[in-house]
Amino acid sequence: MSRYKMHLLVCGGTGCHSSESNLVYEMLRDEVERKGLERDVQVIRTGCFGFCEKGPILKILPDNTFYTQVKPVDAKEIIDEHIIKGRRVYRLLYTDPETEEHVPDSKHMGFYKKQLRIALRNCGSIDPENIDESIARDAYQALGKVLTEYTPGETIDLIKRSGLRGRGGAGFPTGLKWEIAARNEADQKYMVCNADEGDPGAFMDRSILEGDPHSILEAMAICGYCIGATKGLIYIRAEYPLAIKRLKIAIAQAREYGLLGEHIFGTGFSFDVQLRYGAGAFVCGEETALIHSMEGKRGEPSNKPPFPAQSGYLGNPTNVNNVETLANIPVIILKGAEWFSSIGTERSKGTKVFALAGKINNVGLIEVPMGITLREIIYEIGGGIKNGKKFKAVQTGGPSGGCLTEKHLNTPIDYESLTAAGSMMGSGGMIVLDEDDCMVSVAKFYLGFIVEESCGKCAPCRIGNKRLYETLGRITEGKGMQEDIEKLRNLGSVVKDTSLCGLGQTSPNPVLSTLDNFMDEYLEHVHDKKCRSGQCRDLLYYVISEEDCIGCMACKRVCPTHAISGEKKEVHVINQEICIKCGACMEKCQFDAISLMNDYPRVNYQLTMDN
Amino acid sequence: MIELTIDSKKVQVEEGTTILKAARKAGVEIPTLCHFELCDMGIENKPGGCRICVVEVEGRRNLAPSCMTEAQNGMVIHTHNIRVLNARTTVLKLIISDHPFDCLVCAKSGQCELQSLAIQFGIRSQPYEGEQSRYRKDTSPSIIRDVDKCIMCRRCEMMCNEVQTVGALAAVNRGFMSVVAPAFEMNLEDSPCTYCGQCVSVCPTGALTEVDHTNDIIRALSDPTKTVVVQTAPAVRAALGEEFDLPPGTLVTGKMVSALRELGFDYIFDTDFSADLTIMEEGTELLQRLQRYLAGDTEVRLPILTSCCPGWVNFFEHNFPDLLDVPSTAKSPQQMFGAIAKSYFAEKIGVSRKDMIVVSIMPCLAKKYECQRDEFKADGNPDVDYSISTRELAAFIKQANIDFLNLPDGDFDDPLGESSGAGVIFGNTGGVIEAACRTAYELYTGKTLEKVDFYALRGMEGIRSATVDFDGLPLNIGIAHGLGNARKLLNDVRAGKSQYHAIEIMACPGGCIGGGGQPYHHGNSEILSRRIAAIYTEDERKVIRKSHENPSIIRLYEEYLGKPGSHKAHQLLHTEYFPKSNEVTIHLHG
Amino acid sequence: MNQKINIAPAVFEYMEKVTGSDGVEVRVNLPKEKIGKINEICDAFNNDSGELINVLHEIQHTFGYIPAEVQDVVAHNLHLPVAQVYGVVTFYTFFSMIPKGEHPVSVCTGTACYVRGAERVLEEFRKELEVEVGETTSDGKFSINCLRCVGACGLAPVVLVGEKVYGRVSPDGVKAIIAEYKK
Repeated sequence: MSRYKMHLLVCGGTGCHSSESNLVYEMLRDEVERKGLERDVQVIRTGCFGFCEKGPILKILPDNTFYTQVKPVDAKEIIDEHIIKGRRVYRLLYTDPETEEHVPDSKHMGFYKKQLRIALRNCGSIDPENIDESIARDAYQALGKVLTEYTPGETIDLIKRSGLRGRGGAGFPTGLKWEIAARNEADQKYMVCNADEGDPGAFMDRSILEGDPHSILEAMAICGYCIGATKGLIYIRAEYPLAIKRLKIAIAQAREYGLLGEHIFGTGFSFDVQLRYGAGAFVCGEETALIHSMEGKRGEPSNKPPFPAQSGYLGNPTNVNNVETLANIPVIILKGAEWFSSIGTERSKGTKVFALAGKINNVGLIEVPMGITLREIIYEIGGGIKNGKKFKAVQTGGPSGGCLTEKHLNTPIDYESLTAAGSMMGSGGMIVLDEDDCMVSVAKFYLGFIVEESCGKCAPCRIGNKRLYETLGRITEGKGMQEDIEKLRNLGSVVKDTSLCGLGQTSPNPVLSTLDNFMDEYLEHVHDKKCRSGQCRDLLYYVISEEDCIGCMACKRVCPTHAISGEKKEVHVINQEICIKCGACMEKCQFDAISLMNDYPRVNYQLTMDN
Repeated sequence: MIELTIDSKKVQVEEGTTILKAARKAGVEIPTLCHFELCDMGIENKPGGCRICVVEVEGRRNLAPSCMTEAQNGMVIHTHNIRVLNARTTVLKLIISDHPFDCLVCAKSGQCELQSLAIQFGIRSQPYEGEQSRYRKDTSPSIIRDVDKCIMCRRCEMMCNEVQTVGALAAVNRGFMSVVAPAFEMNLEDSPCTYCGQCVSVCPTGALTEVDHTNDIIRALSDPTKTVVVQTAPAVRAALGEEFDLPPGTLVTGKMVSALRELGFDYIFDTDFSADLTIMEEGTELLQRLQRYLAGDTEVRLPILTSCCPGWVNFFEHNFPDLLDVPSTAKSPQQMFGAIAKSYFAEKIGVSRKDMIVVSIMPCLAKKYECQRDEFKADGNPDVDYSISTRELAAFIKQANIDFLNLPDGDFDDPLGESSGAGVIFGNTGGVIEAACRTAYELYTGKTLEKVDFYALRGMEGIRSATVDFDGLPLNIGIAHGLGNARKLLNDVRAGKSQYHAIEIMACPGGCIGGGGQPYHHGNSEILSRRIAAIYTEDERKVIRKSHENPSIIRLYEEYLGKPGSHKAHQLLHTEYFPKSNEVTIHLHG
Repeated sequence: MNQKINIAPAVFEYMEKVTGSDGVEVRVNLPKEKIGKINEICDAFNNDSGELINVLHEIQHTFGYIPAEVQDVVAHNLHLPVAQVYGVVTFYTFFSMIPKGEHPVSVCTGTACYVRGAERVLEEFRKELEVEVGETTSDGKFSINCLRCVGACGLAPVVLVGEKVYGRVSPDGVKAIIAEYKK
């Protein structure tokens, strides 16, 4: 990279790509060419910077200038002003929401200050479609080191000592997993990379594959060497076309360089990687389901044991690791187990990538050391709640996780603490909710997802989650009863206790954790028929203001159920028992006398009864 | 051996034993629903889907399914503490919440495993209201699919695919909408279904049941213009008693005959008779092909395959349309009976064909389809009008207030009621070929067969082979029961690798005694072995044990057919086969 | 779900219809060249039943959807019961037996989009196009689908029309998006 004086890094991740970052890239290149700067200025399309909220992102090295929301038309100005004249384009700089000042250097941005990027180390710094750039950043060095200096056993021991745990959900120790797979003798073993990222709202695996595919190929080869597998498979969602494209390029380049294929680094070790595509089934993130899917079958999970390490793909010992887990491997090899285990908490080492989204200022992908608090993530990295609203909860772990509240904000995050709080690490989705969110509706949203994604194999997940979802539906419609709350509890705990796979065993978490932390909201829905955040449409009431109503009868005439009573020039009243909440009256009223309330209008109702 | 504690009982089991079986050894019967096993036949279904059999294993986070969790040394297991009982009852209620509440009118009532569990757990209310899955009801000639009642145990899918390799049924859709169905949820009739009925025999609920023809028979019996003739298949007598709580393997031939007489049938005959007739025709065909082969005829198709099982006939029509000239052309005993009853016998008693109703009592559901096949009709009038299963007969007897257990033993009528022991053993796997050997040996060698029991041909292995010495000619015999096993032998035939001269194939595991129309065995393979033993006992008790020695058969040929393989015999007793491509019409135009 | 198999003639021309016993048309015959294409795809995967999902991906990519008769050919080539192929097709939401509209509308209903109002956007599309999720408009122009997180959470709520991404869509903006494609 050093040949050039300046580097223009344009984010080519899916988020920025969706807002025309490819055009920005092309305009910048054209402009550089037009000004004859090709020898000094390099324009690179990189992987995700993480700061998706303000995409498309353009970062300029060496001065670390961080431009946000760059449009194709800005290219000329950037080249003219910044590159040629050395003057930053202030209007494109990131503005700190608190100080309202431009932050020229990304190092000083709150979003990046507390981050520690290990898995995402190369995302946003290199052109993922150019293997030379990866190699310049040490790609395949760890593989070379392992193949020439370490035995498989020594490597596994190193990974074990590092304390790395699976980043896909449950947090099983990675070294131990490799050791078990290594121990099982077989003619053919498989190393599988699980890139079936299905959590709605999590996209770290995709960002890594898009931004740094070689780190994954390298890690797969290292694992293959350790467990004795010569074949690697990446099971990736078909919904990730960009990641697939970049993986294909990376595989071809690695083969060309002899970093995949026969006799890697002149050793006796051979390893190659193929792609397998998911087809839209969340449950395939579960490793046994994933294996069945790779075999061309329905992605239904099966009982463990036997574990994939004993009998996996085509009945052969198979090791399945998630993308983010693998992204850590090469760095651990190069920097050492002790370096890695010095980061994080007692039992959770290293960093974790979270997809920060929801009602937060800085939506994006972040990587933080284990042990950081939710408060630091939400308020320092995330820049606080959007529009100055009040924080209500943060949902972690996707559909398998739970909702944490104010009281959990100072808890250091690791696998154990999240589980203890009724949530889980999951794959790292982190959705921030504010006072406008109804917690019963949020629980219902997740259950709705699970109902759609349950494979249907086992009864508690197939029917139990459906019943949970229906019960939550009744509550949000104002038809809930006290016994429904007890039913939710019992059903939730039985579904957890009896389901076949990890999906069902965690699916009631969103319900159980909201019952634990937001019982008052449930009770309000059930007893007061009230949704405090106004999200549950059935618990909103059309009310006619006594002050503003002139008694024009317009609303009365349009009401399809004749729920409005009142004589001409008198204040009209809506009978809530008959009202179907179609909103026709509010649309018709020319005096803004009709409004929506989230409290049951008892007074008005009384009036109606008297009439 | 490992030792574990189940409900504070210590038990020692082999390594690799499941908790379910270890508990059984300790005298603890853990309830199951989707789990199903016919252990003698290596058939097992344990998807781990119903979660009824969950138990608490100390030290584990979640409850464990006992049917698929291996017992480990030192495990401490609780099968009925409050956590387990609550979970089990809740899951059961969930399953019931997606199941119709029409037990009163359900064909499976009283035999339904879900109903039994509901009784066992004292379910008195259904707290989990919500949507129930709804599907179209599908009626085929043999089987009714009412998949609203499907609980996704996947037993039928396992039977249809792994055991039978028919592939008509598969799990389709996902989540709450998932169900076992034919491709595109089309009708079973349009699928490659063979009507073997093994799906029905393992279904724990009323999702898969037989088409009931009892009412048609009641109507025929009450019509004074009709002469109603009934035939009973060999396997029925060895299983019917189970429906009246007699121990499995109790022969009830005499009581069955008396019951049929009380029900009002005009003539009570025996399919064993036409089984003997089948041997005459099929045995002759075997010998003819064999002699041509030995004479150096390279055109002749060997091995010869038996053709008395209609499920098997459907299977090869679907899957081996290129081999339609390999099976014997002899009709099945049911159809031979019908053809003779409506010709020879009808003429004998002076009843016109249209005034005669032939009913068959069969252990089989494919027989319902078979008797409706066009080639078994004359001017639209079927040789066999109605076929009902062993289960339907039992229900009919109960409906007619007949005290079955106290009935005296009755005798079959003449002339189509007389049979040899060879006809009886048609009900067991290996029985048809053994019966054929008894006759073919004597016809081929001209010598008397001293030892009629061919023990080498008996047994329960899915594929068996034996070489029978025909006085110096070693005859290679293959036997398969279960269509998956049949497929293996047929693939060899197709590849020209088969070493056999004759192969017997039965669609159902165990042969007809394990047919889809038999009393439900609920996975107890002991029941099947007892039925097999009963059939051999009936054979041993017979004075005549060889088909060609059956006097009624001899008379039939003398009076009517001439000799085996004659023109008239061919007209009445032989058939042809039709290709039923599974790929429907694509390749005709492609 | 009692899915009726209605095959729109978008890609496959009928040669002859076969009517099932309940009056539902379940089968059509495929023209030779379509079968040739399907065979080609299956051959590319060595007619290996383990490659079923890859084969189906390729077929959907080629034809836009996977109707019943195509599944028949695939099953035949891969030596699988067609019921199993159908079982796989109906398990994965990515596979469709109904042709998508000329302009497939995909509304992201991932969590980030949900909390930023994706449901109301979806509702607006349903109302404007007068079709349900998973259906295609009668003129074949539009179809609506939901998808889970395209990873553009910063732009939530996100809608895709074909390949084009619309970010921060509000219910009020739906009409304008549709209008772009109505011309």
